[in-house]
Amino acid sequence: MFQVRALACARGSLLLLEGVQFSLRRGHALVLRGPNGCGKTTLLRTIAGLQRPIAGEIDVEADIIAYAGHADGIKSTLTVAENLQFWADIYGTKTIDSALDQMNLRGLAQRMAQNLSAGQKRRLGLARLIVTARPIWVLDEPTVSLDTASVALFANVIRDHLGSGGMALIATHIELGLPEVEVLDLSAFKARLPTPGDGGFDEAFL
Amino acid sequence: MSALLIRDLRLALRAGGGFGLGLAFFLILAVLVPLGVGPDPGTLARIAPGILWLGALLACLLSLDRIFALDFEDGSLDLLATAPVPLEAVVTIKALAHWLTTALPLVLVSPLMGLLLFLPAEAYLWLILSLTLGTPALSVIGTFGAALTVGLKRGGLLVSLLVLPLYIPTLVFGAEVVARGAQGLTVATPLALLSGITFGAVALLPFASAMVLRINLR
Repeated sequence: MFQVRALACARGSLLLLEGVQFSLRRGHALVLRGPNGCGKTTLLRTIAGLQRPIAGEIDVEADIIAYAGHADGIKSTLTVAENLQFWADIYGTKTIDSALDQMNLRGLAQRMAQNLSAGQKRRLGLARLIVTARPIWVLDEPTVSLDTASVALFANVIRDHLGSGGMALIATHIELGLPEVEVLDLSAFKARLPTPGDGGFDEAFL
Repeated sequence: MSALLIRDLRLALRAGGGFGLGLAFFLILAVLVPLGVGPDPGTLARIAPGILWLGALLACLLSLDRIFALDFEDGSLDLLATAPVPLEAVVTIKALAHWLTTALPLVLVSPLMGLLLFLPAEAYLWLILSLTLGTPALSVIGTFGAALTVGLKRGGLLVSLLVLPLYIPTLVFGAEVVARGAQGLTVATPLALLSGITFGAVALLPFASAMVLRINLR
């Protein structure tokens, strides 16, 4: 169970969202929608713990979120297997075999990441999520540069993840064809205040 | 943790990793100084401790902006910050990787460079010892500077401006150890101060680096 209550978040000193409220149960996915610049990325970064909320609370246990942003964090001079193995070691999960199989990367395992296409890189980035073995996936536009076959592949991965009691929070513009999915339109939470009230002078330093 | 260290070392050693940049700079400096100053052994021997320490310092400075910039650009830094590793440990490992790939090779070739500069025989031990004890401070302070400027485009100049003043004590005491060693004087005081700076920096700065990194990632 994962709950967000009356959350307000800002990018820099610009308050984007306020009063964001939702909860997520085991085995469910929530899709975030909204026009460009409405604060989807900012909300996801706040939930992932990369920035602090301006107000409100995120009710979630520590260390159960895996975050995947716009950039995949791939090192171009390491092979696919080395890239994944690094994250497996960091998360203490050791094995990367099932991630390679699930994202159809087995044939590319020994290839340098710099020789991957954009879609293949994305698949590698998403394979990292499987390697983390964390129950909540926070995904920012996961399907960018994936072809239809890979989108279907990824939808299957998410389905398996949800089926095993996981949760997913996904900002996406396309239909993933998932069951049990709820949609939250963020334009309903657009902030009205021009700037955060307590930002002030020290914001540049703190 | 060791996974991050192994990854960073591997990245440094692969093509385009920047390994050898500082070493090459150090070699060039030590070769060019006799050409610029003149071949008089007496003059070279007198300035050798300062030149060697200055070379090591500038060589360390060269590779500082790579410490976090590459990880920031490809998104790894965000992912590391959300991974189950404390950011303090990440910056310590980053500093250690920088020391191993930049400073340690300098320490190892420094006797050879001393030879080129007519460094007196008594000073070699002190040269190696002072570089070994002093360069970790350069890496740790440099990591702090790199953390401060992560996310800035072309932050290299700013890193140098921020970090150079903090390098001065290490440079002064490091070169003093070698200079006094060359004259056969006692080196206990500058050596103690040099070690003090290093241990203090290693103990305290990772916390500061992690904190500014968290702020810069927001």
